[in-house]
Amino acid sequence: VTEERPREARLSAKQVEVETAILDKTWAPARGLAGFFSEVDHKRIGIRFIVTALAFFAAGGVLAMLMRIQLAVPENRFLSPDQYNQIFSMHGTTMMFLFAVPVMEGLGVYFVPLMIGARTIALPRLVAFGYWMFLAGGLFLYTSFFLNIGPDNGWFSYVPLAGPEFAPGKRADVWAQLITFTEVASLVGAVAIIVTIFKYRTPGMTLDRMPVFVWAELVTNFMIIFAMPAVMLASTALILDRLVGTHLFNQAEGGDPILWQHLFWFFGHPEVYLIFLPAQGMMSTLIQSFSSRPIVGYTALVTSLVATGFIGFGLWVHHMFATGLPQVGQSFFTAASIMIAIPSGVQIFCWIATIWSGKVKWATPMLYAVGYFVIFVIGGMTGVMLASVPLDLQVHDTFFVVAHFHYVLIGGAVFPLFGALHYWFPKMSGRMLDERLGRIEFATLFVGFNLTFFPMHQLGLDGMPRRIYTYLPGLGWETLNLAATLGAALMGVAILLFALNVIRALRAGHLAAANPWNASTLEWAASSPPRAYNFHPLRTIASRDPLWRDTPDTPLIVGLRADKRQVLVTRVLDAAPDHRPISPDSSPWPFVTAVATTGMFIGSIFTPWAVVWGSIPVTAALVMWFWPKDEHEHDDEEVQPELPGERASTEKVA
Amino acid sequence: MLNAIQSMLRPAGVQAERIEALWWIMFWVTATVTVVVLAYLGAALWRGSTRAAPQVEVTSDRRLHIGVALATGLSIVILFALLLSSIVTGRAMAGQRDDTAMVVEVIGYQWWWNVEYQHPDPSQRVRTANELHLPRGRTVAIKLLSNDVIHSFWVPALHGKLDLIPGHSTVLWLRPDAPGVYRGQCAEYCGLQHAHMAFTVIVEESDAFERWLQAQRRTAPPPPSQLAQRGQEIVQSGPCAMCHTVRGTAAGARTGPDLTHVATRSTLAAGTLPNSHDNLMAWIADPQRIKPGSYMPTIALPPQDRQAVVAYLETLK
Repeated sequence: VTEERPREARLSAKQVEVETAILDKTWAPARGLAGFFSEVDHKRIGIRFIVTALAFFAAGGVLAMLMRIQLAVPENRFLSPDQYNQIFSMHGTTMMFLFAVPVMEGLGVYFVPLMIGARTIALPRLVAFGYWMFLAGGLFLYTSFFLNIGPDNGWFSYVPLAGPEFAPGKRADVWAQLITFTEVASLVGAVAIIVTIFKYRTPGMTLDRMPVFVWAELVTNFMIIFAMPAVMLASTALILDRLVGTHLFNQAEGGDPILWQHLFWFFGHPEVYLIFLPAQGMMSTLIQSFSSRPIVGYTALVTSLVATGFIGFGLWVHHMFATGLPQVGQSFFTAASIMIAIPSGVQIFCWIATIWSGKVKWATPMLYAVGYFVIFVIGGMTGVMLASVPLDLQVHDTFFVVAHFHYVLIGGAVFPLFGALHYWFPKMSGRMLDERLGRIEFATLFVGFNLTFFPMHQLGLDGMPRRIYTYLPGLGWETLNLAATLGAALMGVAILLFALNVIRALRAGHLAAANPWNASTLEWAASSPPRAYNFHPLRTIASRDPLWRDTPDTPLIVGLRADKRQVLVTRVLDAAPDHRPISPDSSPWPFVTAVATTGMFIGSIFTPWAVVWGSIPVTAALVMWFWPKDEHEHDDEEVQPELPGERASTEKVA
Repeated sequence: MLNAIQSMLRPAGVQAERIEALWWIMFWVTATVTVVVLAYLGAALWRGSTRAAPQVEVTSDRRLHIGVALATGLSIVILFALLLSSIVTGRAMAGQRDDTAMVVEVIGYQWWWNVEYQHPDPSQRVRTANELHLPRGRTVAIKLLSNDVIHSFWVPALHGKLDLIPGHSTVLWLRPDAPGVYRGQCAEYCGLQHAHMAFTVIVEESDAFERWLQAQRRTAPPPPSQLAQRGQEIVQSGPCAMCHTVRGTAAGARTGPDLTHVATRSTLAAGTLPNSHDNLMAWIADPQRIKPGSYMPTIALPPQDRQAVVAYLETLK
């Protein structure tokens, strides 16, 4: 095994030009309508993920607005109890499964390959398949909702309320099957992102030089792989109870409804971190870029992310304190739940230290980062309170908890997300968002958010339970509920301003330079927006902040074919060149497979036989997908045509 | 907030008091931490904004690392103290159990509460609904069961909540210390009418409580008037008796709340309406309008029959 690092290679401008022309052709996206469904470019799929997820965010927001209108005054008859129950179930399900996780995944799909200097993502067709599954799941859920068979048992679908006896009809099945869709989409995306991070990093990017955001995506996607099987087991068991007549959750036949809660929360709590960790990575990115200095405590930040990933699996029971646990179990999960505050604290301290010693540039993304601090710190503090069993017994399932998790999820994830969207928008679109509108939008969102959710702490302490479609007058809840509704309207305005900002920028925004924020990571080395092949020439790196610290003579990569989608694969730990496979090009089969799988999943709601018959088209589509082609697609032994003056700088490892 | 009969910050029992004390410890500690962290952030932003040159080349972060380490260490100490205070509170509350306590069994139904005061002699047991009377200063074991789905029993003035889970039996220990009327409500989402599954807790002195219990043990009084007589006949022979019990009459079904002393209760339909003549008329006329989805069907009684039923129910003291 040679330990050789890419040596310096000289590339003439002429040669780069010639190769660029060939690369443009090689990586050209498929055209036409068929091409639209065959797309495998990670950037285009990433944007589809992001746009689709934001559309679901808007839908979930409309649902939230409806709930707030209903709760604005006591004994309101704006919504019937059945409508309200469907709406709050849809709101939670949408925000968790169709917005938060996919949007984080979409940003990972778009930016991880760029940040690690790769031509593309690993397994691009699998990623495309994941996107189509996610879209199909979302459309299926909303179609069901409009057909009045939307889920009405909350995003947690506790049995026996969601079991066969108390939830006749198809509503609970729709929910359980939506989970299956999102499981498939998340799992395939997770595999692709992990492989990309491990094998596609440009030479020089050892693990300790990976951007913190890439670390966050790595930990998150490992968490997906460990958390999703639990909910897969749970939702499958629920479907079996409902459709096949098993009694896994039926206490009368030896099953146990508490089993559902354990399985669901063993997934459901890590799920929160699937949303939160990428956002932490975004915070590190924003703080570094807008403090104009390398982040303080890189090792501590990465360790915190990994620690959160582990501890996140050890506190699911704090959702179940009110089920009557033994004292020892309570203390254990209290301790674990309090412990997870430590890695979050470490990250916040590192960021404050970075700002402290840096030169702050005030721009909209930084405003959102500051918003994160204010909101998330409060949410973290109420999280510590909820970890305490006695206190949790009082505030559990009240509006206090509603306030808490909106503080951590909107403050801890949506604010960094919006910061990151403003930050990366120029890269994705080639246009700058309007700075003035951005500031107004931030201020509206910040005020609206706090007006909506801060009063809910008091409402919870005053005894208002969650998930009630109305309440009686005279309990002292009227004023605060009205305030929350007004705040929600303000949040709606902020989201509309954001949409307006995006539309205006796309039509007539200032053109963005490659690196408008003077940031340090590799995605800013690509043009705005990046070419289909991301970079040419590909560069190696020699430090954690290549655009700030690397000298101009840092070696470039030569020796990859331009007439094929050849990519450089490197080794997991040291990112030394390993081999040069051909990346798959566009293909309609991921889409066809997703359609076939969708048919099978939806059919199985109506009869278990759909699994049998539906697997035939799925198998056929997969066979076509993997049909060997008469090309040397995986033949990376092939001798490279030497262009004049080129030296192969990446040695194949024997 | 003045009329907070469902507030955890107005404790009326020893358990709720301990939790309230813990709440204030947590509140002041975390509020202080929040202020300090945000103050540091503000100072950092101020320093960072007023600095002249960008700091791309940093020679040493040692002092910053020490700062982060100190802040982390301090956080761990504070979190550990909070953990201890939580565990101490939990243990103190666990110590409130008493094997000689009075046992009240509460069974959750969609969407009302069945209440039974246990007694070694079955004839001395008392069954009522949506209302608990508790003697002041005495420890009570509330035994929680569910008839259908998961519910959660919660009286913020007395204690935290505990779930009623089908196939499981849980026990909540209460010791109310202040006489008064408190409101409780189901806290686990349990379907259509989860919002209207409340109950009243009346804490009174021992002798008043014993009088109440004695009164509840009696069967229903005979109807005093002709109208009430007619009402009783309708209740016994009509659809009411399919679900409800009026002890001392032929109505003995247990699907719905026991109505033997319904006129003594302060609310109707599990805390949905105050118990008044007009509300009782409205409720019997059309329960589905007041509590849509409730298992009490809308029964088309002629108005004079409805009058008679209400007249009878109002005698059930």
